[in-house]
Amino acid sequence: MTRAPLSLKIAALGGLAFLHVPLLFILLYCFTTEEKSYAFPPPGFTLKWFGVVWERADIWAAVGLSLKVAALATVIALVLGTLAAGALARARFFGREPVSLLFVLPIALPGIVTGIALRQAFGMMEIPFSVFTIVLGHATFCIVVVYNNAVARLRRLSPSLIEASMDLGADAFQTFRLVVLPNIGTALLAGGMLAFALSFDEVIVTTFTAGQQSTLPIWMLSELIRPRQRPVTNVVAVLVILVTFLPILAAYYLTREGEAVAGSGK
Amino acid sequence: MSLATFELPEPREGALRRLSDVLTRHTRLLTLLLLVPPLLWLGLVYLGSLFVFLGQSIFSIDEFSGTIVREPTTATLLELFRPANYDIVLRTVGIATAVTLLCALIAFPIAYYAARYAGPKVKAAFYLAVMMPLWSSYLVKVYGWKLLLAKEGAIGWFADRLGLGGALEAWLDLPLVGGPSLSVSYTGMVLTFTYLWLPFMILPVQAALERVPPHLIEAAGDLGASPGLVFRTVILPLAMPGVVAGAIFTFSLTLGDYIVPQIIGTSALVLGQAVYTLQGTAGNIPLAAAFSLVPILVMAVFLTVAKRTGAFDAL
Amino acid sequence: MHLQTSTATPAVRFQGVERHFGHVRAVDGVDLAIAPGEFFAMLGPSGSGKTTCLRLIAGFEQPDAGHIEIFGETVEGLPPYRRAVNTVFQDYALFPHLSVGDNVAYGLKVRGVGRAERDRLAREALAMVKLAGTETRRPSQLSGGQRQRVALARALVVRPKVLLLDEPLGALDLKLREEMQSELKGLQRALGLTFVFVTHDQGEALSMADRVAVFNEGRIVQVGPPEEVYERPATRFVARFVGSANVLEAAQAASLGGAARPSSLRPEKIALLAHGAPAPEGVAVIEARVIDVSYQGPVRRVTAVTEPGLTLAAAVPASAAGVIAGATVRLAVPAAALVPMEGEG
Repeated sequence: MTRAPLSLKIAALGGLAFLHVPLLFILLYCFTTEEKSYAFPPPGFTLKWFGVVWERADIWAAVGLSLKVAALATVIALVLGTLAAGALARARFFGREPVSLLFVLPIALPGIVTGIALRQAFGMMEIPFSVFTIVLGHATFCIVVVYNNAVARLRRLSPSLIEASMDLGADAFQTFRLVVLPNIGTALLAGGMLAFALSFDEVIVTTFTAGQQSTLPIWMLSELIRPRQRPVTNVVAVLVILVTFLPILAAYYLTREGEAVAGSGK
Repeated sequence: MSLATFELPEPREGALRRLSDVLTRHTRLLTLLLLVPPLLWLGLVYLGSLFVFLGQSIFSIDEFSGTIVREPTTATLLELFRPANYDIVLRTVGIATAVTLLCALIAFPIAYYAARYAGPKVKAAFYLAVMMPLWSSYLVKVYGWKLLLAKEGAIGWFADRLGLGGALEAWLDLPLVGGPSLSVSYTGMVLTFTYLWLPFMILPVQAALERVPPHLIEAAGDLGASPGLVFRTVILPLAMPGVVAGAIFTFSLTLGDYIVPQIIGTSALVLGQAVYTLQGTAGNIPLAAAFSLVPILVMAVFLTVAKRTGAFDAL
Repeated sequence: MHLQTSTATPAVRFQGVERHFGHVRAVDGVDLAIAPGEFFAMLGPSGSGKTTCLRLIAGFEQPDAGHIEIFGETVEGLPPYRRAVNTVFQDYALFPHLSVGDNVAYGLKVRGVGRAERDRLAREALAMVKLAGTETRRPSQLSGGQRQRVALARALVVRPKVLLLDEPLGALDLKLREEMQSELKGLQRALGLTFVFVTHDQGEALSMADRVAVFNEGRIVQVGPPEEVYERPATRFVARFVGSANVLEAAQAASLGGAARPSSLRPEKIALLAHGAPAPEGVAVIEARVIDVSYQGPVRRVTAVTEPGLTLAAAVPASAAGVIAGATVRLAVPAAALVPMEGEG
């Protein structure tokens, strides 16, 4: 393998820097003493905003709601996404393409369309806004994340493993529990974590299905439109980065390890 | 050599095992049973709401009472072609095009380096460095650019220190791309969108480039082609499906967004904002539905074209 | 050689079995009776239906028509887990998430055998295939040959009435393959089990099996002991596929002293005759021009064309002198070596 030209190296690293530098600035502004503007460089540094966030009940209520919604949406997405993957991973039947398109549709269509459509449906069925309505919206687009992870792993799973299990006397349920589940477990976990991160982060659909409730992204959006204590928003943003960073990193290592295991089957 | 030391028990019979008999005999039934719950959710709840909402584009609104007139008409759909509305569509498609081109430009070197020159360790690091921003909070990322683009913010400060303050002023004085500050200009909006969707472009382009066999590039070199010629005639055509696949994301995500233009951008509306205002303060659901059809139609056309170029294999 | 008496209940019986995939008739009317304790080979090129037949016995496929019995019990409609047959898969299909010991004990576990008991039985089975002490390893840590043995132990530990082997030696290198051939044969004799194995390698089928069924296009074209299939191929296909015999048309066979019927002629039955040497009784001698010679170790394979335009392949001792392309040779064809073929296809 030849060495990369210097210009390519610079362009590649520059591109990556472009992806990461803005996040560093968010961290920097957590410590600024200036709360009315985004003056650069910050006139002074302080740790007081961490204390302020700690005291703010509205933020913690929003965090609580977001965690609750993300957990529920993830559970629903795990169940429905796994079922769908089980049905579509190998089956060949008429209508398979439209069905798999249907699973992708919620993330392929603009969130605002999904959001308004669901809001209208709730309105027509006279369902009041609640945690349930937010979860319903989130699960809709989280299913595909679990589905994609599960389908990819199921397709790599040699069909002869399932045949071998049945050949040795296991019925369909034993085969699922003893062979399929252990082999797709990490993929499901990874899918679940990504679904969790996606839900924890979601703002557009939530805008339409939350009513007066405030998830963390909704809280942040209102701060972005009408900033009050700007550094407080920064502290919350860093918190959000951390909460989503860990499951994503875990999901990455889970799927990598899973590939190593699944790839060693033969 | 014998195994006759143990009496093998019969497997336990039960309802589950009998159900398993039926399901293994009728695999279609199994597929169907697996599909029913997700299909009920997505097909009924989601698709149902979608059709009900989008279907209202054939209704119109009573100008005086503000109520929806439930009689089929093409008037609402035709309203899209009124200059003011048509401008919104054109403006949004223009922004999406600019974002897509910029994304492709920045993504290519990253993807090319990762696909052709990086060893396994570096490649894993690159992958993580792309995946982390992809999955991190959308709002946080928008917020990061609000900080950077603000008049008093870091970009302005660095431009001044590097003696580029004048250039930045001159750029902002330009019509169309300029504005009072970066955070209230199309330039800022396009930059933010590019930042948001860049990972969606890098990943498929890299996937496409990794499928270019290295010996093909070497063969072209052996035949005496200059690096530039190899790039234009071998690498770029083979990377194109990846670029198109990435463009599916960058394009559709930009078309539907209404939050970035709300936070960073000019007062001129884009599609997402128009839908948001129409369904909210204006209460004109039929026109909101009609507007919602635009990104769906644009993407349908885009996808049909993309399918011909083989972009789906690069997804 | 085992007896194939019709009075005993066959281990496996097929009656007019068909299996279609869309418009493809993968198995197109197969009748078959495999005797208990027999080592039975299904031989054929890929796509000839042999693997589908194996899968029909295992229960991974269900017939579209016909009838299948295993030791007298009708099995159509029975799922694989209700059949007293077990399979050694071509890719071994070892469970990657389980240790070698747990792989072997899997069939016992799903039958509810306790931990201690199934560990003991798994140890025994592994010892039987000469893999004692590998219980705690992962399948990925074993070589191809070792995985094959684990797959064998895993299938045998649940004591099937019939063991099915799908291209069992296909993935092994030559030396291992020869070793496993004799081992499989020994194991089959010691356990007295019925083995049914699928292969596309005629050498493997001939050397291991008690009887061979040759498949072509979804049908069995010939069944019989290896010697019979090799010496007396019933059709052109068998003649060419098993040991690549020369196929002669009726007139050509007659001109060489055989019956006026399409006949097969094994290359090794053709001898070279020195110039001027008299022709022995019952042997036709023809002159032919050598067009190709390939050295194959013990023999040279000579392709030659006779004056009437008949192309013959002959396997002659490698030491034979003067056999080069372009040379004219005298070929001696014993009339007894011309075997008329009865069947079509």
